[in-house]
Amino acid sequence: MTSETDDSQESRLELRGITKIYPSVVANDDVTLSVKRGEIHAVLGENGAGKSTLMKMIYGVTKPDAGEMKWEGEVVNVENPAHARSLGIGMVFQHFSLFETLNVVENVALGLPGNPDLNQLAEQIAEVSNRYGLPVDPLRLVHALSVGERQRVEIVRCLLQNPKLLIMDEPTSVLTPQAVRKLFDTLRQLADEGCSILYISHKLDEIQELCHVATVLRDGKVTGDCIPSEETPKSMASLMIGKELPVPEHNAPVELGEVRLQLNRLSQKSDDPFGTELQDIELEVRSGEILGIAGVSGNGQQELLYALSGEKPLADADAIVICGQPSGRDMPDLRRRNGMGFVPEERLGRGAVPRMSLTENALLTAHYKDMLKNGMIQFDKIAEFARQCIDGFNVKCGGEEHAANSLSGGNLQKFIMGREILLAPKLLVVAQPTWGVDVGAAAFIRQQLIDLRNEGTAILVISEELEELFEVSDRIAVIAEGRLSPVKQLADTNIDEIGVWMSGMWDQPASVEVSANA
Amino acid sequence: MESSILSSILFATIVAGTPLIIVALGQLIAEKSGVLNLGAEGMMSMGAIAGFAITFETGSVWLGVLGGMAAGALMSYLFAVVVLTLMGNQVATGLALSILGVGLSAFIGKPYEAEILPTVGTVRIPLLADIPIIGDPLFNQQILVYFSWALFGAIFWFLYRSRPGLVLRAVGESPSSAHSIGYPVIRIRYMATIFGGAMAGIGGAFLSLFYTPLWVEGMVAGRGWIAIALVVFATWRPFRVIVGAYLFGGVMVAQLFVQGSGLEINIPSQFLSALPYLATIIVLVIISRDQNTVRLNAPVSLGQPYRPDA
Repeated sequence: MTSETDDSQESRLELRGITKIYPSVVANDDVTLSVKRGEIHAVLGENGAGKSTLMKMIYGVTKPDAGEMKWEGEVVNVENPAHARSLGIGMVFQHFSLFETLNVVENVALGLPGNPDLNQLAEQIAEVSNRYGLPVDPLRLVHALSVGERQRVEIVRCLLQNPKLLIMDEPTSVLTPQAVRKLFDTLRQLADEGCSILYISHKLDEIQELCHVATVLRDGKVTGDCIPSEETPKSMASLMIGKELPVPEHNAPVELGEVRLQLNRLSQKSDDPFGTELQDIELEVRSGEILGIAGVSGNGQQELLYALSGEKPLADADAIVICGQPSGRDMPDLRRRNGMGFVPEERLGRGAVPRMSLTENALLTAHYKDMLKNGMIQFDKIAEFARQCIDGFNVKCGGEEHAANSLSGGNLQKFIMGREILLAPKLLVVAQPTWGVDVGAAAFIRQQLIDLRNEGTAILVISEELEELFEVSDRIAVIAEGRLSPVKQLADTNIDEIGVWMSGMWDQPASVEVSANA
Repeated sequence: MESSILSSILFATIVAGTPLIIVALGQLIAEKSGVLNLGAEGMMSMGAIAGFAITFETGSVWLGVLGGMAAGALMSYLFAVVVLTLMGNQVATGLALSILGVGLSAFIGKPYEAEILPTVGTVRIPLLADIPIIGDPLFNQQILVYFSWALFGAIFWFLYRSRPGLVLRAVGESPSSAHSIGYPVIRIRYMATIFGGAMAGIGGAFLSLFYTPLWVEGMVAGRGWIAIALVVFATWRPFRVIVGAYLFGGVMVAQLFVQGSGLEINIPSQFLSALPYLATIIVLVIISRDQNTVRLNAPVSLGQPYRPDA
């Protein structure tokens, strides 16, 4: 008895045997977890391992099918998020739960109980944001804020309720490296003051740097608890994915060939009033190289991709030259015929038609490769092509006749990459190649990109994951507020410099020592 | 003489605009919560016949207005069950509701065809009504005209000054976010939809009890549709709804005046009758061209079904 009371005084949150079953998948299977006062506790796992589901249950968004949750020693049944907040649990969501057309104070007020006076609340926000180094302007509309600022709003909203437990769901996926460091300072300060933090991530280095304890989830089950500072990324990766993390082989640079993509002072206004205007973007991608474009989302990536794919043609044909052809005004189909392949960020809807079969989806971009005869579709040829994509790229699916939306995100991405790569493009434009893809599939896709480059394709990768760009690129540039930074050889730069550039500051003399990133 | 003509045109304009204000403000609340109910025409028709029948049978205009409100609310409750609980398509369900309401009201109204109710007198507000020219048309009006002004004030305060209004706007912008911070999205949408229906019912009852105190099949004559258009083109802002509604009323009265004046003009009367609808839409399209205003005021989730995770 006494030992049990001691335990419960020590741990703030205890989960025992939590199980959640969805119609098609067991999201959490007998999960047990304990978080102490002032502890930064990592929950580590791949996409789909059940991390987010577990957090939603703690926060009362969904209810477990079985299991017990103890809060400060007492068994509780969290009815809804308001109940969780009244207990002292705050949560910062991966996809923010902010309202774009409302201002910061209104957004914060929506997350607080009662009917707070907005003027007083604005003062409180200023006070809290000062204390924790989270500058936000209470009266600005949320749509005008950057992603990092939005996250600060979410954190401030939680802090105003003096939480005893703060849940952070993949908080760094949208931040520059510098912003990540600031966030870590804030979290450490909170933990020192006694707040417990549940930190959800799949990024091993961050967890090693920040967290005291880690619980690893795989396929909904706990596969181990560890102390990150005593582990290596390798050992944690094997807990997380069940095998060692493959690292793509980046062969020595191949000889550069002709220029396959050239952007000449590409400028375009955005139709969307909250969009970004592209300004004088200039770059060249040659055969046999991968050019990476980094940047925090919402800095013109969408607009640049629409201009490149031809979904939004330009007024000036010479602004985009594809394999020697001025293509700025061409529609997507013509650009593809000129040798460009394109993989958009949204797999369902732009990369593939959700309800069509894989065969039909293969036809969508492969139709000019002998798939038609006198205007009639040759189904056996397409099916053969779809099977090649499936076999060659380890796509796990029921078969080529299954609908695109029946595949998991990672498998569909592998299929789409396969479809584009097998068409042997001279130029490939890829957006977020491994977004929402599990670690194993991500490594595979990166390897495919590198192999394709070795065969002489020119590749442009636009990604928000810096580590990924540093893994695959030969040269790298940054897009910020619709402008493109100078392009650098990967060896001549490092993550810190690119991080500074991501906030648009490449014109200033380097304030950060550029040291070899060994 | 001139001033009395002006006064009566102003009077008629306000009366013609009033049902649109009541219905459109009701729909504005429903749409701000993310629910697009295209059934306004049907709900108004049901409000009109319910109001007429109850007043005809009981002799009480107030019971009639209440009855009209109840009929509209009932219709919108039906709609809400289909689209919010059963996840039906909002557009299709709304269209069906319009057809149902127009048809059902004609059926119920058969015995009341060609019946007439006594005209309801106006209510004079002392002092204000003594202002020359505008005093009489503005402050010696039908009681529901005053109600429409009060409704505007109440809705403006509710949406932009009160916390429940803030929650309503939040639900309309992102139901999933609202759910994740713990607001009962479906319940809020039910309440907003039923409020919209109740206002449509009152708007309908205004037509059959105050505007033209009689019952004719199809007497709503597209006002439900124009009210829906009004909300969209007013970019979901209450004040612009008022402007649009009175503009409609003004052109309506002006064209009636031209038609009745016996002036020698070669314009088909059908075109003149269509003019108020046309003018309202053209003007509102022009003032709603600013994309930023639309983005900031339009409920993002409008018309999309939302089911919270279990």
